[in-house]
Amino acid sequence: MTLAAFEITSTYYLVLAAMIFTIGSVGVLTRRNVLVMFMCVELMLNAVNLSFVAFARALDDITGQVIVFFVLVVAAAEVAVGLAIIVAIFRRRRHATADDLQALKG
Amino acid sequence: MIPFLFFVAAGAALAGALGVVLARNPVHSALFLVMTLISVAVLFLLQDAELVAAVQVIVYASAIVVLFLFVIMLLGVDREESLQDRIPYQRPAAIALGVILAAELFFLAGHEWATGQKTASGVPIQGGGFGGNVERVARVLFTDFLWAFEITAVLLVIAVVGAVVLARRSGQRAEAIDEVDDESQGVSA
Repeated sequence: MTLAAFEITSTYYLVLAAMIFTIGSVGVLTRRNVLVMFMCVELMLNAVNLSFVAFARALDDITGQVIVFFVLVVAAAEVAVGLAIIVAIFRRRRHATADDLQALKG
Repeated sequence: MIPFLFFVAAGAALAGALGVVLARNPVHSALFLVMTLISVAVLFLLQDAELVAAVQVIVYASAIVVLFLFVIMLLGVDREESLQDRIPYQRPAAIALGVILAAELFFLAGHEWATGQKTASGVPIQGGGFGGNVERVARVLFTDFLWAFEITAVLLVIAVVGAVVLARRSGQRAEAIDEVDDESQGVSA
């Protein structure tokens, strides 16, 4: 069977991570719902995690997997604070699109 | 078997990522995000990162996405957003920038000078000493990265306190602040 002889190198994982990262960044730029923008940021973080694990395997260094833990912790903290900010904004106004948030505009 | 699993998980991850961006309903976006996260966990498993895969499912695909869904339900924002952009060229410009970014990343992913010297593929990771995946990760985490680990605890405490302070509604004081803000908005408008 040809598929069994086919070998998945780390380049495949890196290309996949690049695709997910690009989709996430385009999502942040195009979507205007703040919650969906947050989810796109999570997509980008996951793409980076995927490339960290791919490098950990390709370079034979477990540190790549340890870094993923720190990324996870920072992502959890970011989501907690970010969603609290969104809740606080929603108390004041009934919209969640990024265009409506211009209270700091000079 | 491994290539088959890779392509299935990669396809599911890409489909989920596209679904997050393209879905009109935020609840659907969150569910597509779960699809991507679990597919990435499968990809972690394929690369001998068992502990990271488990943590990915437990922390990301359950805790964080449940938090997202909770906020969506709490705020009732599951209605569609308007397609009118304030900047008319925003959407095509974003897609063009995305294509440029993808080209750069694909170029970097295929070159050894950017990704480093590869070891023989198919060999499990030996770095970090003896033991299984969990033991090796733990050994590095609690020796080389102990300082960063302790700082992480402080970060989590700050995040919890910040979330509580931001999201609470403390009776009359908060209402007074709201009124002042509303008045100042009325003046500016």
